[in-house]
Amino acid sequence: MRIICTPIKDDDVLSLHVGDIVYLKGKIVTARDAAHRRALEYIKSGKKLPLDLRGMAIMHAGPVAMRRNGRWEIVAIGPTSSYRMEPYEGEFIKATGIKMIIGKGMMGNKTTKACSKYKAIYAIYPGGAAAIAKKNIVRVIDVKWLDLGIPEAMWILEVNNFGPLIVMIDAYGRNYYNEIMKHIMKHTNRIINKVDKEINL
Amino acid sequence: MYPSIESIEKALIKAIETAVVELPSDVREYLEKAYHKEEGLAKAILKTILDNVKVASEERTPLCQDTGLLSYYVRVGTKFPYIDHIYEILRNATIRATKEIPLRPNAVNVVNNVNSGDNTGYYVPIIDIELIPNSRSLEVIVMPKGGGSESPSISKVLTPAQGIKEAMRIVIKQIAMYAINSCPPIVVGIGIGGTFDCASQLARKALLRRLGRRSSIKEIAELEVTMLNLINELGIGVQGVGGRVTALDVHIEIAHRHPATLAMALCVSCWALRRAIMKVNEDGEIKISSYSGDTI
Repeated sequence: MRIICTPIKDDDVLSLHVGDIVYLKGKIVTARDAAHRRALEYIKSGKKLPLDLRGMAIMHAGPVAMRRNGRWEIVAIGPTSSYRMEPYEGEFIKATGIKMIIGKGMMGNKTTKACSKYKAIYAIYPGGAAAIAKKNIVRVIDVKWLDLGIPEAMWILEVNNFGPLIVMIDAYGRNYYNEIMKHIMKHTNRIINKVDKEINL
Repeated sequence: MYPSIESIEKALIKAIETAVVELPSDVREYLEKAYHKEEGLAKAILKTILDNVKVASEERTPLCQDTGLLSYYVRVGTKFPYIDHIYEILRNATIRATKEIPLRPNAVNVVNNVNSGDNTGYYVPIIDIELIPNSRSLEVIVMPKGGGSESPSISKVLTPAQGIKEAMRIVIKQIAMYAINSCPPIVVGIGIGGTFDCASQLARKALLRRLGRRSSIKEIAELEVTMLNLINELGIGVQGVGGRVTALDVHIEIAHRHPATLAMALCVSCWALRRAIMKVNEDGEIKISSYSGDTI
C-alpha cells in the first residue's frame, strides 16, 4: 500500500503515473463548484484565500455534515462528478499550488495541461463509497465559506489512509480517461452497427 | 388498532433511512458477480464498493453522500383512511428524514439557485400515485436517485420508421458518451412508446424491477439481453477504468404508441440503485424493508 502525506512534494507527484493506486495521509480540503468560483474571484481581485493550499489535496465533494455537541462531524462524504470543475481547475492549480485533485469521472485538457506544468495529479476515489470514506476521516479541522451551504463549503479534514485513489491524470501529460474514451469511441460505431444485425424489431 | 398518521410518517422515515443505508440484495448480488468477473483496477474499485455497502449497512450511514432527489412510487387504496392526507404524509416525512437521518439537502430553486434545505420544493419530492380500488392499504416505494447518474438520461420522440433500432442506437451513444461520469456499473432503464413523458416514466420505473428479471414479453426480454451484451461490449467498466462490466442489467418497459410517433427514453442509475418499501396492510399492520422488486 503506497501512502502519500501532505504537504505533497513535487518528487511524490513525479513518482506517480496513471493507473497507480495510492492512499493519502494528512489534510484534504473539499471544494466543489461554488468554492472554485469564489476562490477564482478572490484570486482575480487580489484577495487572500482563507487558507494556504500549497502542497494540499483538494477533493471535489459535498459532504453530509452535522453539528453534534458543538463539533462538526462528517456523516458521509464521497466524490462528485469532476468535469463540472474543469473550467476552473487549471487556473486553480496555478494560483493555489495544490498538488492533488481527488474526484470522480473525467477531467479535460485544461486540467491535464496544468497538471504537467505545475506538477499535480488528478486521482479518482470510487464514486458513491461514502460510508467507508468517512471511516478514514480522523476529524474535521475547520470549515471555511460555510455561507455557501454545507455541500459547497470548504471542509478541512484530517484523513488517514484515505483511498484507494487511482491516478487518472499524471504530471507527465497523460490523461487515462482520454485514452479509455478514445478506445470506447473507436468501438462505439462498430457496436451501433451491430444493432442492425442483432435486433429484429 | 389502525395506526395513526404519526406512526405512518415515522415508518416512512424509517423506509427512507433503509433506502439510503441498505443496498437491495439483488443489486448487491450483481455487484458481487461483477467483482468475480473483473480484474485489476476495476476489481480494486469493486472491492471498495462492496466494503462500503457492508459498512453503510452495519453502521447505518448513507452508502453514498448524494442521497438524491427522493421519488415515491405510491400505491394507495381508495379506502385508505388517510387518503386525504397522503401528500402531507409524504412531504412531512421528507422534511423530517432530511433532518433526522440526516439526508443531504438536494432541492435547489432553478430561478435563484437557493437550496430549500429540506428536500422539498416545486414538484419535489417526486410523487407517482396509483390507486387500488376498494383497498385500505398503502404501499410506498422510496427511490433516492443521485444526480451524477442523470447525465446519460434522455427522452426523444422518433418516427415509427426510425423504429426501435434507432432508439437502441441512441441508448448506446448516450451511454458511450456520458456513462463514465455516472458511477458505473450502471443499471439501464428504457421506456418505449406512449408520449415522451410516459416513456420517461417507464424508463424510470424500469429501475424498480429486480435485477435479472426479464420482461414478460418475449421479444422485449430478448432485446434486454442483446442490449446488455452490446453495452458491456463498450468496455467502459467500473468507474470508467475499463473492464467487462459496464451495466449490471437492462430493463425495458413498453406502452402502446400513437400511430405517428415512437417515443423513447433512457434512465440510468449508478451502481447505488437504492430502493426501499413501506407497506400498511389492509388490517393496518406496518412493514418496512429494503426493496428488490417484490412486494412485502
